[in-house]
Amino acid sequence: MTLVTPLRPNGRLDPRAICRDFPVFARNPGLVFLDSGASAQKPAVVIDGVAEYYRSDYANVHRGVYRLSARSTELYEEAREKVRRFLNAADAREIVFVRNATEGINLVANSWGNTFLKAGDEILVTVMEHHANIVPWQLLRDRVGIKLVVAPIDATGGLDMAAFTALITPRTKLVAVTHVANVTGAVVPVESIVRMAHAAGAKVLIDGSQAAPRLPVDVQAIGADFYVFTGHKAYGPTGIGVLHGKKVILDAMPPWQGGGDMILDVTFEKTIFQEPPHRFEAGTPDISGAIGLGIAIDYLEGLGRDAILEHEEALTGYGVDRLSRLPGVHLVGAGQRRLAILSFTIDGIHPHDVATLLDGHKVAVRAGHHCAQPFLEALGVGATTRASLGVYNDESDIDALASAIQGAQKMFKVTK
Amino acid sequence: MDLRDLYQDIILDHGQHPRNFRKPEHPSYLAHGHNPLCGDRVTVFVTLENGRINDVSFQGRGCAISQASASLMTEILKGKTPEEAAALFKGFHAKVTGVAEPALAPALADDMERLEPLTGVKAYPARVKCATLAWHAFEAALRNGAAGTTVKTE
Repeated sequence: MTLVTPLRPNGRLDPRAICRDFPVFARNPGLVFLDSGASAQKPAVVIDGVAEYYRSDYANVHRGVYRLSARSTELYEEAREKVRRFLNAADAREIVFVRNATEGINLVANSWGNTFLKAGDEILVTVMEHHANIVPWQLLRDRVGIKLVVAPIDATGGLDMAAFTALITPRTKLVAVTHVANVTGAVVPVESIVRMAHAAGAKVLIDGSQAAPRLPVDVQAIGADFYVFTGHKAYGPTGIGVLHGKKVILDAMPPWQGGGDMILDVTFEKTIFQEPPHRFEAGTPDISGAIGLGIAIDYLEGLGRDAILEHEEALTGYGVDRLSRLPGVHLVGAGQRRLAILSFTIDGIHPHDVATLLDGHKVAVRAGHHCAQPFLEALGVGATTRASLGVYNDESDIDALASAIQGAQKMFKVTK
Repeated sequence: MDLRDLYQDIILDHGQHPRNFRKPEHPSYLAHGHNPLCGDRVTVFVTLENGRINDVSFQGRGCAISQASASLMTEILKGKTPEEAAALFKGFHAKVTGVAEPALAPALADDMERLEPLTGVKAYPARVKCATLAWHAFEAALRNGAAGTTVKTE
């Protein structure tokens, strides 16, 4: 099923050829899609692979003794193995399928948080977090009385490491940080954060939603206790996400949802639960979603994880350079290292108008607070326009964005 | 659809130089409008005298559409009765959402005509709330806003 798009002779990705793997571009001629940070488009192999699974191999998993069900189970567990490889996890039993990154974080908050945290314990997050990495901890705070501590950004827009270090104390039980900030593309030095947190006896959860499709993530090298990402931002279907948890930690965690598939034995007196990961996958899972994500992973590995990173870094650099030379346009800072996300404001034009005006040039971007209201406040802006990159973008997309911005400025008569 | 149909000159003018953008000292009623989707916020102040809208003004931040709509609304509603204002909102809401417009008193026809430039949002479903935010706040102010109230578009 894997379709490997040839690289250019220099070993770089060829976005023009890659576009042909994504039917959306043929169906929407002229589309300049710069919203992969919200959700990535799907390659034909994923779309067709999911349909093919329903046509040929569909049955429920982990139940039937008949061959079709065994085949379906095999494909589902194969997808888990692909995710293990994608994250370089030590064991496929460390891979829990969830609906999305949000559900992965909620699982940790409800199962691990309810069990192991008590009033007065602290969870350290950063001001850069998506609401998904804030609200589940607030709900946990309301349940067990933990304290939510927030690390600030520095003047350049990166994480203020000095302040962060100072906020790790013996009371810190969990550090929950993003790997790549969804508003600015700031790459967070997660390896050193894990070292510091572990030295203080705290566990670490990393939100890899923006990172996983772009960086060759190695959860063993990073060393975090939990790593979550969502399938739909990684060119897979919606409705499927991944929680990676170290086996020894998952083993100690109770289930957070009860039902079928997560049990070994049920009587009305007592239920014995399955081992992880099945303990955390109550009910019929999103089988086709997991299989689709597995195909998306094959596709990304076919392109080459290093080649993807190199491509997106080069294009990010081009975008920063291009946008920062436009008068009246202000890029929101991302600190030392930025990846694939360009948030900006334009003097005299509200981001919502910017997004509509760019749409008039077939340039699709996101406008608003990007589910990170506290971050926008810390940055001192109410809203931004955000362009985010994917494997199918190239310099011509950035050029189209720049010229659409100039068109918007002209229409609003705010040209400098 | 051409962007010029949405961003007509009158919209850009009112969006960039909103009229009646001020906070009166003693309004009879006020209400806050909030669009959580884009963060737009508007506060509408209304003063009634002898059963008529003596003064209406607003403050807030938002996109050109929401600012222009609030600005035009304040110009149109001055001197109207609350019933006439409600009829205008009903007609305007129908216009921008593309449903059948209710019958309108002939005396209000000119005012409705002035709102015509905003009807371009009909082609942009995500932007309809921008155009109606101030009107929702106005309606909420008259309904129960002596102490101030907040309406959300979501």
